[in-house]
Amino acid sequence: MSGGLYDLHKKEFDKTLDLRRLRPYGDTMNDGKAQMSFTLPVKDDERGEEAARRIAKAMGLTDINVVFHNVLDSGFTFYVVYGSCTHTVDYTAIQVQTVEVETMTMEEVDAYIKENIGRKVVVVGASTGTDAHTVGIDAIMNRKGFAGHYGLERYEMIEALNMGSQVPNEALVEKALELQADVLLVSQTVTQKDIHIQNLTELIELLEAENLRDRFIVCCGGARITHELAKELGYDAGFGAGKFAEDVATFVVTKMARRRPAMEA
Amino acid sequence: MVSKLNLNQDLVDQARASAARVAADVQGFIDRHTTVAVERAVCRLLGIDGINEVEVPLPNILVNHLMEKGVLGTGAAFYIGNAMLELKLSPQEIAEGVSRGELDLTALPLHGSQEIRQVMREAAEISTVRIRKNAARREAYLREYGDKQGPLLYIIVATGNIYEDIVQAKAGARQGADVIAVIRTTGQSLLDYVPYGATTEGFGGTYATQENFRLMREALDEVGREEKRYIRLCNYCSGLCMPEIAAMGALERLDVMLNDALYGILFRDINMQRTLIDQYFSRVINGFAGVIINTGEDNYLTTANAVEEAHTVLASQFLNEQFALMAGLREEQQGLGHAFEISPEVENGFLYELAQAQMAREIFPKAPLKYMPPTKFMTGNIFRGHVQDALFNMVTVITKQKIHLLGMMTEAIHTPFMSDRALAIENARNIARTMKDLGDELVFKEGGIIERRAGEVLKKAADLLKQIEEKGMFATLEAGIFADIKRPKDGGKGLSGVVVREESYFNPFLELMHSGKEAAR
Repeated sequence: MSGGLYDLHKKEFDKTLDLRRLRPYGDTMNDGKAQMSFTLPVKDDERGEEAARRIAKAMGLTDINVVFHNVLDSGFTFYVVYGSCTHTVDYTAIQVQTVEVETMTMEEVDAYIKENIGRKVVVVGASTGTDAHTVGIDAIMNRKGFAGHYGLERYEMIEALNMGSQVPNEALVEKALELQADVLLVSQTVTQKDIHIQNLTELIELLEAENLRDRFIVCCGGARITHELAKELGYDAGFGAGKFAEDVATFVVTKMARRRPAMEA
Repeated sequence: MVSKLNLNQDLVDQARASAARVAADVQGFIDRHTTVAVERAVCRLLGIDGINEVEVPLPNILVNHLMEKGVLGTGAAFYIGNAMLELKLSPQEIAEGVSRGELDLTALPLHGSQEIRQVMREAAEISTVRIRKNAARREAYLREYGDKQGPLLYIIVATGNIYEDIVQAKAGARQGADVIAVIRTTGQSLLDYVPYGATTEGFGGTYATQENFRLMREALDEVGREEKRYIRLCNYCSGLCMPEIAAMGALERLDVMLNDALYGILFRDINMQRTLIDQYFSRVINGFAGVIINTGEDNYLTTANAVEEAHTVLASQFLNEQFALMAGLREEQQGLGHAFEISPEVENGFLYELAQAQMAREIFPKAPLKYMPPTKFMTGNIFRGHVQDALFNMVTVITKQKIHLLGMMTEAIHTPFMSDRALAIENARNIARTMKDLGDELVFKEGGIIERRAGEVLKKAADLLKQIEEKGMFATLEAGIFADIKRPKDGGKGLSGVVVREESYFNPFLELMHSGKEAAR
């Protein structure tokens, strides 16, 4: 494909949306257009460019256009590549686990607790293990919250303790027992080399070993955490980017209310 | 420099005077104490290095030995000097003897303190001469290649493996980076010892060890010779081992060190007494070694609101300036920190950023200010992130910030890829080139948004400093004034390593490295 701003290729594919054969969308239904960039550890020349094209092809692209290449260092070249994805997915067959509750506001959560639980809910949170970042747990717990969403400390019916960063799992559990907590919140920001998986798994193992797992609602959160991952690791829920205190609060209080009769029976 | 912000100089002077009194008050406390980390740094500067069979560093073994004997308040140098006189051994041989359990330093006959001071001073000069030579070597490089005008582009490497870091650092330097910072592995700030040797395993960063420092220094000198530029090396002199890392950095010619007790207190929950004492000796060493320190005010805004809490950043810069001067660290070495952290949703947010950066420039005219890119509002939308970084780059150039930490569009996703870094450098250079003299062309409207904003922040900072002066530093930290974080005076990590100095306390390096101490007060 030589330069030029206009794609003069005839578009001879079916342009009706078929959710069983979903493809990326550039500017025409089913065109499959995708953009990507990557670095190859080779020098910047025609051979490198061809290698980039073949990498894209091996990824399932056609109509490949290496629009930009630039040397990063001797033996490293950066490529920007466009192409049409040949693969499709069946959107109708996809099942995703999400936290499925209608999120309540802070006031609604407080009212819900008064009505259904009848006492303050105790929440202990921390950024555990070696993780030094408090940004996640602060966003959910600190009074002022994040982006205009007040944190749990501001909830009238929630007793919230944010233990901060680099809290050992043992210390978190100890504090939770001391305060007779209902809920444990764990934040993980550092995810290099999957260290968060290790930290998160350790907490569940610790609770199970002490026969405490059923005593608490345990949730984790962080930019790279999904609900699905959390469930897989044995948590009640996981909250990723874009979730706020009220999402977490809604989940835990409804879960508590549902659990309660059984617990007190 | 003519003020573009029409700042009230009386308020600036008042704020500075308050900060000086706060620092002097804290200094009184510092001068009555030492810590295990200070004494380990003394050991390192005396040439004690290496580990035992279970990887405990010899400086820890020696200092713990004196701690257990209850004599650390006299200073490690006193007992090492005494043993040198008595046994005719080097500090290293003495440490090895203690490590093997063959030597009890407190059981030896005591020599006179004048005699001990004399032998210690001679032993100490081996390191101070080496550090002076390092500083001279840096100066020689800078004379030969010329130092860069305009912002120093600062990038981070963080692979966990020093050898991989070197590949990334060299690539970054060739692309135009002027400062390479090797991020430490998460959690190192809370280790009460410094690991040993070259390391290849770390999480989100690489261990700061003296050997890793040496390897990276060598690599950057090599690429610097190719590029005909001096590439500065930066590491992190914070946490529980501040003075030790300062010592290692001085010995291996690091150029820039993150160095801020307030940061450790607030964000790592390190005990305030411990870390303020540690900070003092670390700044004496950094000052002597010609190292530029970077302070951590930028971090306040990762938790606190950048619009509402901007004055705490300025107040902390005033305090850090005074703490640094107290340690003999010149203004030209004070990389006071701040950051571009106002939400992109705030109307006129760019104007507030400009006001804050220009204000810092005018209030601290000689300081090589460290300016941090957006992180809090980086979302994973790399395209928007690249624009936010461009806005940050503009403020940097317009207001002549010096240490320009490059924003990565993949912030909040992963530690930077090689290409992320290249794109960040390209972004910064495009702006530095096309807007080179824009700052000199601009005047701000009298009584306009920018001028008023700077005036308000200054006023609030001056008021806050007055309040801190009345309350004292420790009580201020207990009250949660900075970054909305409260820390108790006797809480946090490392308090057990604080020791009251005896009358006979002796640290030869304080005297050799900080001759201007009295003059500075």
